This record gives sequence, structure tokens and C-alpha cells, in this order.
Amino acid sequence: MVSLYYIKCFLIRITKGPRKFLNKIKAIHSDGSSHAVALLTSPSFSPPPLLYPLHFLLSLLLQNLSNSFPFSTSLAPLSLYLEFVPMAAFSAVKIPPPQFTTVRSSSQRPGSSPFQSVHSSSAFNSISFGSAKSVRSRPLFAVSSDVVSSDKTKAASSSASIPAVTREVALELYEDMVLGRAFEDMCAQMYYRGKMFGFVHLYNGQEAVSTGFIKLLNQSDKVVSTYRDHVHALSKGVPSREVMAELFGKATGCCRGQGGSMHMFSAAHNLLGGFAFIGEGIPVATGAAFSAKYHHEVLKQSKPEGLDVTLAFFGDGTCNNGQFFECLNMAQLWKLPIIFVVENNLWAIGMSHLRATSDPEIWKKGPAFGMPGVHVDGMDVLKVREVAQEAIARARRGEGPTLVECETYRFRGHSLADPDELRKPDEKAHYASRDPIVALKKYIIEHGLASESELKSIDKKIDDVVEDAVEFADSSPLPPRSQLLENVFADPKGFGIGPDGKYRCEDPLFTQGTAQV
Amino acid sequence: MAALLSAPSTPVASDRARVGSLRLAARNGGALVVRSEAKVSGGVSARGANLITHAVAEKAAAASSTDSKPGHELLLFEALREGLDEEMERDPTVCVMGEDVGHYGGSYKVTKGLATKYGDLRVLDTPIAENSFTGMGIGSAMTGLRPVVEGMNMGFLLLAYNQISNNCGMLHYTSGGQFKIPIVIRGPGGVGRQLGAEHSQRLESYFQSIPGLQMVACSTPYNAKGLMKAAIRSENPVVLFEHVLLYNLKERIPDEEYVLSLEEAEMVRPGEHVTILTYSRMRYHVMQAAKTLVNKGYDPEVIDIRSLKPFDLYTIGNSIKKTHRVLIVEECMRTGGIGASLRSAIIDNFWDYLDAPILCLSSQDVPTPYAGTLENWTVVQPEQIVAAVEQLCK
Repeated sequence: MVSLYYIKCFLIRITKGPRKFLNKIKAIHSDGSSHAVALLTSPSFSPPPLLYPLHFLLSLLLQNLSNSFPFSTSLAPLSLYLEFVPMAAFSAVKIPPPQFTTVRSSSQRPGSSPFQSVHSSSAFNSISFGSAKSVRSRPLFAVSSDVVSSDKTKAASSSASIPAVTREVALELYEDMVLGRAFEDMCAQMYYRGKMFGFVHLYNGQEAVSTGFIKLLNQSDKVVSTYRDHVHALSKGVPSREVMAELFGKATGCCRGQGGSMHMFSAAHNLLGGFAFIGEGIPVATGAAFSAKYHHEVLKQSKPEGLDVTLAFFGDGTCNNGQFFECLNMAQLWKLPIIFVVENNLWAIGMSHLRATSDPEIWKKGPAFGMPGVHVDGMDVLKVREVAQEAIARARRGEGPTLVECETYRFRGHSLADPDELRKPDEKAHYASRDPIVALKKYIIEHGLASESELKSIDKKIDDVVEDAVEFADSSPLPPRSQLLENVFADPKGFGIGPDGKYRCEDPLFTQGTAQV
Repeated sequence: MAALLSAPSTPVASDRARVGSLRLAARNGGALVVRSEAKVSGGVSARGANLITHAVAEKAAAASSTDSKPGHELLLFEALREGLDEEMERDPTVCVMGEDVGHYGGSYKVTKGLATKYGDLRVLDTPIAENSFTGMGIGSAMTGLRPVVEGMNMGFLLLAYNQISNNCGMLHYTSGGQFKIPIVIRGPGGVGRQLGAEHSQRLESYFQSIPGLQMVACSTPYNAKGLMKAAIRSENPVVLFEHVLLYNLKERIPDEEYVLSLEEAEMVRPGEHVTILTYSRMRYHVMQAAKTLVNKGYDPEVIDIRSLKPFDLYTIGNSIKKTHRVLIVEECMRTGGIGASLRSAIIDNFWDYLDAPILCLSSQDVPTPYAGTLENWTVVQPEQIVAAVEQLCK
């Protein structure tokens, strides 16, 4: 039985090429045998006709095999074919680092809708608790795009399905993503015109993650971000005027011009930053989640909807950082209401995720700490939203953290100073074709949620909002000298006692910003 | 002015005390000068009221507000615990985080019994992840709590330097004042008894440049409790430096509640001849040296600066204006230590009042060796302090 499988693998390899073979094997062995079953028996998987009989036999055998194994996240059932993978993969063919990541979720085929009908099966059951033997028609986790691409029935089934969201929600999502995109494009323009300086990291292409998650939050829920935080701020509700003014370094900015692009904070909107060092915000987010639990359990300030949730956004590069792992441990240990959202855009400046990471599947690191790890197509806002809903509900109920890996892509370079020479044009084109805004627009129109002209009017409205933000920022004053010493300490007595016996902050020059401290 | 400074000048404090005259008048009156050489001469008896009978300040002098109350006696680590307990009782948002603070009671028993009293969430036993649990403390401070983060040894907080520097110190500023970080970071540091290089670090010199951070060092049970309470009540992030060898100091402290000022220095022993600025454990070496110095006829003024950042320039300045000579005794390394900063602050502000170069006795720039003899030679010993004062007062 096992050797039959090996032969099948070998046959597949010679028929479809080494890269695709590796895709399949990685896709299969990463998800557990239930997925292997789903893969091999799903109507979407069509091997070459030559192998139909073999495929059929093997599928039967594998199904029987997997039915007798308990489902779990352990690799025991996989060891059977895992030992053959290296042999098969490396014996005859040298596998170079793939051009695209090998583990990527379903692509858009021209003509087919990327959004499918919502199915009620939870993404969490089959991964962490391993109870579901359900064979899902479209798994939410790591599947190679090549594997599912041959599904010809997709287009017909999905377009006839019920929309996943209401019209209001769809328009809200659309507007938020368009705001993010338009704002970031305007940032680039302003940067090149010399209105803002320093490091500016733009979020183009990743809007689905921000919108998909943050639009589900309440006012009192917290968001912690990285340096790529403009759109997180906008989604959380910080007015675009304040964000733009902050970028211009004006006194009317959300941080009075003292933070800048990489340090967006808003106490009113519970945006806890904006951190320049990667990984630095994750412990802060863990602390905010701890605080939520503390408020509930110690201070007895409970809310009817549940605990306040904290979202920590960070990238693939951060997932190799110690703070990430330390916080996964602590969050699960104390069942903190936090969601770790990995925006895996494959590149940490010029470092490909695959070149930096021993096991590039980040969602798997969740179960290693005892929390669910979910991989979702981050270019699809409805899929992200669905996963987010479940994760947020979990956290609110006090069931603990979730690790969500969103496969996404940034259309621009790491920052405006990045020449972006290392990424291949075809990779960029692949993801450009999966633009989340275009996809949502298509979805809205196909499901009759709104008309083209309504969407265009939203586009126009957002353009006006962004223009207004720029005008506001332009006309705002620069911070005066008096602002220099004001916020160093919450209690300015911290500057100490001067030679004259008075506190330094009592010096009249202090408010002018010229006092000796 | 230059001539005055370079000449071997002698202390004239007695004249100033008697006649209340200005520095300048006293300096010109050469006949009234009292030489501070080996023996206490007949000139001393003329000072009658200023006769020094005690090398160490009376406890009453230190605990000035509590002369009438008997108080209770306890050890320094108990005083810290008392301060912490009182604050936790008073404010339910005060919580403790650190390794072994809960069930174990703290590696130096500072938090003993608190977990039983307040629960595991308020006295949180963390995994060994300093950077992350310090960051967690910062995140919870931003969202309404008042955490006290314990580093089991101050040296371990080097691992938390990222969070302490970037977030603790700077977040209030970079957020434009939107978030305050009322966190207390505390732990024992300093050179102990043969603990080895890594457990004998003095982090005050590393943290002092971080803007937005306040640093205090406690040295007696009285100021330990007072500073702990003040640090917890402060809206600023405060790093409280304790010393491994001082935890078992016993002292009688007041029964009633008291909170000390974080920015003020403590006058340990008023004097006339030389200002000795010190903090933490070196205070005791200085006081030991002071006994010898008094026997030799010197009258050192000892100030425990307590506030390492910012410096209490008022107390220090008044002292310098009185004695004109400064000796700094610290346990930090010579390079970039607290003494180095203090020296430049004194030069900036009190240059005109100095009669001699500022001497700074610090530890050698050496990783603390394990061997007891070597360890003793890396830190400042009382003999060196005596020699330095003698040199200053020549």
C-alpha cells in the first residue's frame, strides 16, 4: 500500500514536473491525512487520465487507511509517506527554491469567482481538535494553487450561491479597502513631492487583511501593528486627516507629529502603535490582552459581549523572532484574548520568507503551542473575515488565542526607499491578478449587492476624503518648540529638581521648550 | 579664580556656620581657617556646637518626620514587600509580573505571600522571557494597569532592553502623550558575594541614557519602602535598583504610611569638609570610611543621591556650595557610569563652587571576577574612600 503510493508519487512526478510534485507532497503532508483524503477524493482533484485507475485504487486505500487512524495534529499517520518524500523529491532532481511559494491557496482562474459560498464548517475543528472527518469542497488552509486549479465546476457553482455578506457590509468593506489603497497611493505621491520623509511603508495589496479583521472589532478592542500601520489606523477609525497630518509631521497629527509613519497611536481608537522594530509590538499586544483578562477577572469589569480582543499584526519575518514565540507561549498559557495575525507577504525587505525560515508554514506554529493555527487567503477579504469572525468569537469567549496566517502580498516595495529588484515580475503579476479590491468589486457586482456606479461613487468619495486629508495636513501648523519637552514624561517632575530647588518643569522656559533639562 | 582653585585650600565651613557669611568673605579670612590635617587641633573646640560626635547620622535624622513614633523593625526585603503590599491593597490595578514572584515568593522573598493574598493573576509567575514579559507589562500599563515587573536579577533585564528602551521610555512621547506607562521595573543588581560576572552587573549605567525613564536606587529599609510606593504611584516608568547584599539590612521604620519623593536625594550625614555622593551599597562603604575619617579629623558630608536619573541638583548643589569638594563613590563601572554623568552635571552647574577636581571612585572596568579577592579589588573599598578624601582635602 505504501509502495503503491510511492509509485503514484513517482508517476505524478514524471508526468507533471518536479515543482508540482513537491507542491502536492507539501500540501498533502502538511495538513494531515484528512486533508490528503479530501485532496485525493475531491472532485476538484483530477489526475491525468492515464492514472485514473491507479488514482482510484490509491484513493480507496488511503481513505481506508485514514479512517482507521485517529485524527490529530501529530505526524504519525504521515510518517508513512513522509519518509518517501525526501527520497522521491531529492533523489533524482535538485529542487531549487521555488519561484512562487509552494504553499499558497487557491488562485483565481479567469472567469471564476474567488469567493465561494460560506460553508459552516469551522476552520478550527479540523486543525487543532482534529475531530472533523468532513471533506470540504474548498479547504481554507494550505492548498497549492495548481492542485485546485483544474476545478472546472467552480465558476458555475459559486456564482449561483448566496452572497456571504449583506450589502451594507460589502459596501463597508469595499469602502475601507479603497480608502486604504487611495491613502497609500497618495502617501507615495506626497513622499515624492517632499511632503513626508524618512521610512514610509505602504500597504498596497494587503488591504483585505486589515479590513477583514478590523472591521469586526468594537471600539474597545485593541489593535497593535508594525511600521506598516497606516491602513490599520484607518481601518480602526483614526481619521485620515489625522494620519496624513502625522505623516507630514504636523502638530495636528494623531501623535502630534512626534511619532511619524511608523508610530501611529490613537488612544481614542485603541490603536496601540505603530512599532519600528519588528516583533516589538507583539509583547505589547499580549499585555493589552492580559489587561483585558485582568479587567474581567480581577477588577470585575466585565462586558456583556465578552472580553476585549487584541489583534497583533505582523509579518512573515517577525515569525522568526524570539518575541513572537515567547508571546505565543504566554498567550496560550494564560488563554489571553489575542489574535496573532501574520501578514505573510513572502518578503522581509529583500529576504524571501523561504530563504529565512526552516518551516515556512507559519500557521503550523500555532498548534505547536497549543493554539489553533489557520492559513487563509489574505487576498480575499471575505475569507479573511470569516476566519476573523471565528477567531474573535473564540477570544471573546475566553478560549484563548489564535494564530492566523494570511497569505498576502504587497504590491509595492518594502518601503518607498526600496528598489524592489528581487521580486520576480511574474510573481507580482500573479498577485496583482488577485487584487483584493478588484475581487470584491467583482463579487459585489456578480451577486447584485450594488451597481457599478455605486461603487464608482464610493471611489470618488474616498478620493475626496484623501484630498481633504492632504489639504488639512498641508495647512496644519508644524509643532512649535514648546512641544519639545512636553510629553517626555507623563509626570514632568521626572525631569528632576534643578539647582535652584525648583522642579525643572516649573521653569518658565520649560513650556517654551528651551529649558535645560 | 584660577589661583584660588589651584591653591591647596582648606575648609572654612566652621566660619560660615558661625557667621553665616558668604563663601567669598570666608575665603579671604585666612586667619580663621581651620586646617584639616591629621589631628583635631584646638581650633575644633572653638567650634563647640559643631563638634562631631557621631560618624553615622542618627536614625532620627534620616527619618525626620517620625521622631515621635516607635515604628516597627524589619529587613529591607520586607520593607519592599510592605510597600508593595500596601500599594496593591490600595489600588487593584497594581500587579506584579516576573519569574518566580508568585508561588515561590520571589527569589529574594520580596513578594512572599502576595500570591496567596492577591491571586495568581495579580502576582503573575511568568515564563523565562524577559523581553516579552516586560513588553507585556508595558502593554498592560498602556491599557490601565500598573504593573511591577521584577527582574530576578537586574542583569537579566538586559534581555528586556529592547522593550525598556523603545517602549517603556519612548512610547509616551512617540504617541504624543496619548499613552502613559506607569510601570515599575525593579530587581536586585550590583556586586554580590562571588556571584560571577553576569550576576554582578550594574545596569544603572546602561539605562541612564534612555529618555523618558526615571531611575532610583534604594539603600535602607526606610527609603526602600518609600521609593517603592512612590514608584508605583508615579505616572512615569521607574526603574528601582535594589542591591543583592542589602536585602537583609534591618531598620526601624514608621508605622504610618509614608511616600518618598522620587527625585530627591537623602542627606545621610551632614558635614563640612567634603561632599561624598553615593548610592546603594556604596553608601555603607562610605559610612564605614566616614568613621575612619572622623577619627582622622575630617568632617565628610554624605549624601545618598537615591535618584540616579534625574539628579537632585538642589541637595547636591547646596552641599557643594558648602564644602567645595566632591567625591563620588559608586559601584558602576568607571566608563559611562552614573558617576561620570554626575561629574559632568556638577561641572555644568557648580563649577564656580569647586575648590578641587571632582574625584570619582568607581568599580574597575572589569567583568566581576569570581574569586573573592579579585572581586574586592574591582569595587571601591573604604580604604580607597579615606585616601580619596585625604587627597581632596589636602
